[in-house]
Amino acid sequence: MINKTVKNAHEAVEDIPSDCMLMMGGFGLTGIPENCISALLERNISGLTIVSNNAGVDDFGIGLLLRKRMVKKMISSYVGENAEFERQLLSGELEVDLIPQGTLAERVRAGGAGIPAFFTPAGVGTEVAEGKESREFDGKMYLLESWLKADFSIVKAWKGDTAGNLIFKGTARNFNPMMAAAGKICIAEVEELVQAGELHPNEIHTPGIYVQRIFQGENYQKRIEQRTVSS
Amino acid sequence: MLTKDQIARRIAKEVKNGQYINLGIGIPTLVANYIPDELEVVLQSENGLLGIGPFPTEDQIDPDLINAGKQTVTMVKGSALFNSAESFAMIRGGHVHLTILGAMEVSQNGDIANWKIPGKMVKGMGGAMDLVASADNIIVAMQHCSRSGESKLLTECSLPITGLRCVKKIVTDLAVLEISPDGGFILQERAPGVSVEEIKEKTAGKLIIGGEVPEMVFE
Repeated sequence: MINKTVKNAHEAVEDIPSDCMLMMGGFGLTGIPENCISALLERNISGLTIVSNNAGVDDFGIGLLLRKRMVKKMISSYVGENAEFERQLLSGELEVDLIPQGTLAERVRAGGAGIPAFFTPAGVGTEVAEGKESREFDGKMYLLESWLKADFSIVKAWKGDTAGNLIFKGTARNFNPMMAAAGKICIAEVEELVQAGELHPNEIHTPGIYVQRIFQGENYQKRIEQRTVSS
Repeated sequence: MLTKDQIARRIAKEVKNGQYINLGIGIPTLVANYIPDELEVVLQSENGLLGIGPFPTEDQIDPDLINAGKQTVTMVKGSALFNSAESFAMIRGGHVHLTILGAMEVSQNGDIANWKIPGKMVKGMGGAMDLVASADNIIVAMQHCSRSGESKLLTECSLPITGLRCVKKIVTDLAVLEISPDGGFILQERAPGVSVEEIKEKTAGKLIIGGEVPEMVFE
């Protein structure tokens, strides 16, 4: 088996350049690559275009990269919960491309799967449709949407092995598997890294072919945005 | 006038046995509390879960298990987890039967606006555009009027559209209304103590009244 292991987050992100296109897994703060975000904060880079469903919160996740002004553009579906984000957007410092969540997921999937474009019903008749080709199939209108690919994708999994195979936990899976495939170089950080052969092949969510670098992360905070308990 | 919980209770009566249902953020999330126990339904969360259970107790909280509103949740027996592309495949593929969501405006032909206020709010559409473009049955839960007293049931939406001609039914704090295929809000029920006159006054779009309008019944 090809060994994909790198020492830590710093080594994993050390060659990510300014002005590149970066994908980051996660939904809200669940399943985000906390260690790589911390390591990126110590790099002196800027002008990043980040594809991520959300933009973190003011003091955690991608919010930290925004605060350090490392991000030129966000490609996301929902960016609430982040005052600094809103400030940069309204002042014109930050560009944002808002995309329906299912279209975002499918564009990333298409990027990793070698499908340059596809038709979807989401956004027909809305601002999202502006400038896009539309076509009727079986009496209903659809929009042509294109693939999304990235120079680097950074994902977070629960367990991984040295061959890059990944298993996710709960709803922390979200965008991570598609992003793994859509990045030219995929960096995976995992809570538990084991030797190839120790994960059961039947249980792998993301096959190692998509992953170029893997390391075991540490000190996961796993912040909760909406702690809701039953009364 | 209905409280938010009463709106949710009324919408729960629309739920049918065997349905897979997506509940939006806000009042729609409350609907889960009022679905009768004898109905077998499965709640879908677009971040990758079929079979949303009740909110967890303190010792059940798992940061890796949230709903689309980013609230901590639990899973029922028979749940399934999946990625976001698969989640929206089941939504666009028509496998989710019922979508219940909030709105800022609904037009009399069933257009919905709920994702953007130009110059003011730039949070994004999340999964709403995919959901309203795909589900066969879409029910909106909202207040009849905005905080400033403007009707939210309009001839045409003034805010940026989320989806065209997709809403089937609206439950507000004042009334239950169905969208007529020919355009217009068909008044079906009024909230206890609310007059037809008041609903007329607070509905800016075309209101269709066919005879006696019954009061909602809460068992």
